[in-house]
Amino acid sequence: MTKKQIELSAQDISAVEKPVNRARLVTAPEHFISPELIADINTNGLDETRRGFLRKGFFSALGGAAGLAAPMVFAAGEGDPAILEKQEWQTTLGKNVATMPYGVPSIYEANLIRRESPGLTRVAASSVAFTPLQGLFGTITPNGLHFERHHQGWFNLNPETHRLMVNGMVKNARVFTMNDLMRMPSVSRTHFIECGANTGLEWGNVAVPTVQYTHGMLSCCEFTGVPLKALLEECGADLKKGKFLLAEGGDGSGMTRTINLESCLDDTIVAWGMNGEMLRPENGFPLRLVVPGVQGVSWVKWLRRLEVGDMPWNSKDEAVHYIELMPDGIHRQYASIQECKSVITTPSGGQQLLDKGFYNVSGMAWSGRGKIKRVDVSFDGGNHWRTARLETPVLTKSITRFNIDWTWDGSPAILQSRAIDDTGYVQPSIKTLRDVRGNRSIYHNNAIQSWKLDPNGEVSNVQVG
Amino acid sequence: MFRLDKLFAHLVLLSLAVFSAQLAYAQNTQGPTKFPGIGRNATPAEVIAWDIDVRPDFKGLPKGSGSVAQGQVIWESKCASCHGVFGESNEIFTPIAGGTTVDDIKTGKVASLADRKQPQRTTLMKVPTVSTLWDYIYRAMPWNAPRSLTPDDTYALVAFILSLGDIVPDDFVLSNANIAEIQKKMPNRNGMTRDHGFWSVNGKPDVNSQACMTNCVKFVQIGSTLPDFARNAHGNIAEQNRLYGPYRGSDSSKPPIAKLPGSTGEGLAHAGDTHAASTKGPSALFRSENCSACHAPNAKLVGPSITAIAAKYQGQGGAQEQLMAKVKNGGSGVWGAIPMPPQSQLSDEDRAILVRWMLTGQ
Repeated sequence: MTKKQIELSAQDISAVEKPVNRARLVTAPEHFISPELIADINTNGLDETRRGFLRKGFFSALGGAAGLAAPMVFAAGEGDPAILEKQEWQTTLGKNVATMPYGVPSIYEANLIRRESPGLTRVAASSVAFTPLQGLFGTITPNGLHFERHHQGWFNLNPETHRLMVNGMVKNARVFTMNDLMRMPSVSRTHFIECGANTGLEWGNVAVPTVQYTHGMLSCCEFTGVPLKALLEECGADLKKGKFLLAEGGDGSGMTRTINLESCLDDTIVAWGMNGEMLRPENGFPLRLVVPGVQGVSWVKWLRRLEVGDMPWNSKDEAVHYIELMPDGIHRQYASIQECKSVITTPSGGQQLLDKGFYNVSGMAWSGRGKIKRVDVSFDGGNHWRTARLETPVLTKSITRFNIDWTWDGSPAILQSRAIDDTGYVQPSIKTLRDVRGNRSIYHNNAIQSWKLDPNGEVSNVQVG
Repeated sequence: MFRLDKLFAHLVLLSLAVFSAQLAYAQNTQGPTKFPGIGRNATPAEVIAWDIDVRPDFKGLPKGSGSVAQGQVIWESKCASCHGVFGESNEIFTPIAGGTTVDDIKTGKVASLADRKQPQRTTLMKVPTVSTLWDYIYRAMPWNAPRSLTPDDTYALVAFILSLGDIVPDDFVLSNANIAEIQKKMPNRNGMTRDHGFWSVNGKPDVNSQACMTNCVKFVQIGSTLPDFARNAHGNIAEQNRLYGPYRGSDSSKPPIAKLPGSTGEGLAHAGDTHAASTKGPSALFRSENCSACHAPNAKLVGPSITAIAAKYQGQGGAQEQLMAKVKNGGSGVWGAIPMPPQSQLSDEDRAILVRWMLTGQ
């Protein structure tokens, strides 16, 4: 779409279709709250006095005219049929235990499934299925909703014949069975995994409607396995000269990626467990590499071989794909770290709010360089920001859930979130990134996401600035 | 005499190596013993079987050779169906060849990459190292039969691809002896940089923003929105969100609603409308049984589109039975040279569901 300068006013934020019109930004009514009060509430929380300020401010901002959601009204002898009438589940016998020996979500959750983005890829065996972030709570991705990315299809590998070989610059090339590996001292750690191409569709312009497609190559699980370091030391790896590790998958693509041992040796896991059960076949059953903070392609699935070496391998997925085209025609190679990023998941693109009133605006923040320190949220397209609450625990290289209270008065708004990690790095705007990298690099787009909320309650994906 | 001496020395070394190898592999816990009883040493045969990677310095490259002409024969039978006769196809994967010039071969930097109008990047425009082509083709190609090529096949195919980019002449024979010379001609050999902060967790980021809190932007300017024609391109968003709770999906099959639905969600789809999803429906089978690897609803991939099949057999008596047999036993010749493999994994019931769906959409 062509760039359109629009007027952001309390009356009409959806004026994109109107003639180009330069105007001063009018502060949206949600900024009736003074910065001092925001700081006070952030420090001390809400008490009755502060609530009073909020109410006062809110109604004066609306001129006292706007009505909030009308609750259902019943006469004294009437009421909500959901209460007055007996429901089937109150009056009959329910199902037996173990009717579903492996439990599945309620039928009412059927809409929240992994989905493909039509036209993104042409062959379903080498494609992507995105996680429905718009419906998730907290930080953990349910195993059945973990995003999928395969390069040559997936299999159910037989765990009894699966082997892990460690070779290269090691004293002894060794072979381990699953029986061997699962006897070793294990750790369980929660980490996010994000494809390097997540949000890659949006480098040039808005391309997809919802957070499932903008950010859904992102998942977060508790992974269980043996630390890579213990395994390499067991094989007598020369870690002084061997600064690189080739990880190879057991699928048809024989997927290979070079791992930076200097950077990743301390927290990489050779994992079999995922959220308390074995890895799902789509996610590498029975063995995958977990490389915290590094893009998903390096988390090699169906892991069959690790080779210690003294130089990178330039495999297909580090010399032809997963390289980033810069404006001068040079590609960045071996860009691996997923930098600090966040996104509001509710409300988010394609969603429909029912009514005005109170909302808990919520989202996810993560950084491949450490812990999330702070998340700020804006409701006016980035002009003013308030600091959100972080849910605990805040873990390194993991998803942190943030929430912020918001009372929507029905005016147009543009919602954004901006994360800061414990290195002090501040999540950038898309313009900041484009100024350095252009818009053809595909990978590592960690820009601030904007969602436009129209007075009809519909939320849509927009880019600001 | 000298040669005999050398041979003898080799034999002694070899027998020693075999002797010590036998010792080593017989012992389960030879070497480090922090975890006694866990793992064993790999045999040389095992390492050779799995360690097939080829590095940019050609460590790991097997001996062998192959000509452009040999490569062309293999290409046309095993590769062209996906990549096109000249590696130009954009139908299934991005093109292999095109976009490089004689000048690029001299400079080692593909000039068209800096041209913002360049519509697509081909493999030869990007790949800096010839070892990458060799390694990947040998380990993962062809798409549906990886690890079926010999080293000589692979040399021939790499030679053919290089000839498509005029990096080698049409009568060229590529071998382990001359591949390092070819590396010096790769069009994008100088086109990569590792000078960035994304390789290491401690690397320096390339942007550094400030966390402004108030009065941060003079004008809020919307630079891009989803075009109206794309509103429903990802399917109905209402069906991709909960049908209850505060955050519903908007019905993208229709224009935006005029006003807020209100707290009861008037006019929106309701949870009570939910039906248990069938996992055995034809479209689910189409995906789970890998039909979609070669067929698409409306576009030709490796095989014909479902629409084209339905059109061809429309109104024909016995089409259901005829196609059910084809799916079971495989077939060739009707839609071109590429055969359809037999799908013996399908139950009769699932086969019937799939074929009926292909022919009638039901």
